[in-house]
Amino acid sequence: MEALIDLLQKNALTPREDIARMLDMTVEQVDAAIARLEHEGIILGYQAIINREKWDTDVVTAVIEVKITPERDGGFDRIAARIAKFEEVQTCYLMSGGYDLLIVVEAKSLRGVAAFVAEKLSTIEEVQATATHFRLKTYKENGAFHQIDLAPERLAVSP
Amino acid sequence: MSIPIANAVRDIPRSGIRDFFEVVQTMGDVISLGIGEPDFATPWHIREAAIYSLEKGRTGYSSNLGLPRLRRAAADYVHQHFGVRYEALSEVLVSVGVSEAIDIALRAMLNPGDEVLYHEPCYVSYAPSIVLAGGVARAIPTRAEDHFALQAADLEKAITPRTKVLMLNYPNNPTGATMPPEELEKIAAVCVKHDLVVMTDEIYSELTYDGGTHHCIAALPGMKERTVLLHGVSKAFAMTGWRIGFVCAPQELIEAMMKIHQYAILCAPVMGQEAAIEALERGQLSMQNMRREYELRRNYIVRSLNDLGLECFKPRGAFYVFPKITSTGLSSREFSLRLLREKKVAVVPGTAFGPSGEGHVRCSYATALDQIKIAMERIAEFCEELPAGKAAAA
Repeated sequence: MEALIDLLQKNALTPREDIARMLDMTVEQVDAAIARLEHEGIILGYQAIINREKWDTDVVTAVIEVKITPERDGGFDRIAARIAKFEEVQTCYLMSGGYDLLIVVEAKSLRGVAAFVAEKLSTIEEVQATATHFRLKTYKENGAFHQIDLAPERLAVSP
Repeated sequence: MSIPIANAVRDIPRSGIRDFFEVVQTMGDVISLGIGEPDFATPWHIREAAIYSLEKGRTGYSSNLGLPRLRRAAADYVHQHFGVRYEALSEVLVSVGVSEAIDIALRAMLNPGDEVLYHEPCYVSYAPSIVLAGGVARAIPTRAEDHFALQAADLEKAITPRTKVLMLNYPNNPTGATMPPEELEKIAAVCVKHDLVVMTDEIYSELTYDGGTHHCIAALPGMKERTVLLHGVSKAFAMTGWRIGFVCAPQELIEAMMKIHQYAILCAPVMGQEAAIEALERGQLSMQNMRREYELRRNYIVRSLNDLGLECFKPRGAFYVFPKITSTGLSSREFSLRLLREKKVAVVPGTAFGPSGEGHVRCSYATALDQIKIAMERIAEFCEELPAGKAAAA
């Protein structure tokens, strides 16, 4: 199962027939295993990794550090869930260290991010402070390189 | 004037791989399953360690035997992974790849006429290295039905009073074969009985699949004192071009090898040695990731070849499969040349690894899966287009 998850994480579009050959399973077994992973919520979804240098859609990405006051019942979970539900929020982690939540926000413009922070995030009562950082360039994302050519040269036949 | 060429050199055939490589060179758009090296670049943390050593100006010679820190790393690594303890500063020598180590070990041990046994099919350099060292090279064929594991009975039959050394290479290039521990014990017993030295090339030892572990003959009782253990970083850590190998052997042999090594080579390249320290000390995770990838490709290629009627056992080591191609009615060489010319897929004829490789070809799966996939499609077409009844293409 671990090998199957590894393969799908590297390339979720790998044909089932290829996966079957690599894992020494039948296609039916692979289909069943994937269905089970999806059903059990182990696989939550499949996404493409987009190179923003080549497909610039005016999306602004910001990483925001958020300090919040935990609640007596439920700690950070309820506030985190509340913040995560905003559709601008792509990612939301609870962190150790100097702040509590790290959220990745996408918006159409700088102003969009600013509006999200000012109107939605900061107005939540438990949010004490925020620090917003904008993304300038991406070099590597989810294990995929964005511009570095990694192909080495090899001889065509060697002993 | 005519330049004199030594008879021994004149009589050695060129590597069959080299011939084949030259044909491939003249063609474009070839998918190569002929490559005997990892398709991964050296893991970044290892390259980065080498860059750091250059920044620090570590560009001089090292001790002839190699950097003491590398020898300690090698001794610790061998102890941890092979279960045999060597003295880092007196029983380890760092060489320019296992290839140099084979050469100097043979030259250090052989007198003219001494016989060296090796199992075949095998790596292309064994027989020429033996001959160039003044020895007599004697091949022991291994068989597909034994999954190319050397049989103790065959070994015993081949031994003569002049036999001095047995060369072993498991996991094996070109067959991917590994040696089951019980078979290895029988081989060890024969070597003890006949007082042979075993020179074991374990360069592929990390690349062992199906959860199996590698068994090193030096770890068996009575073997360490008669074993020359050859290993290096090339295959497991994708470091072929760095040219770093090492030998673990009894001190007197290391001393003898060092004499040749210091005059011929002086020392292995120091940047490579620095990189090798990083690989041996901290390379396990990178190696495991690559190994996992190889294992998936092996499964893929073995099933694909068998589906085509090219019978192929599932090798448990290295990154080669050695399918039988006799169902096509072609010889190894014809099969490889025609496949190259007609479908632009390069495999290496089994005969490049000795006459007992006839009827087989070597396919390396150290190639990206999408390339392997296209190669399999092209091989399928090739088999289908052969005269009816020859290939059992499914």
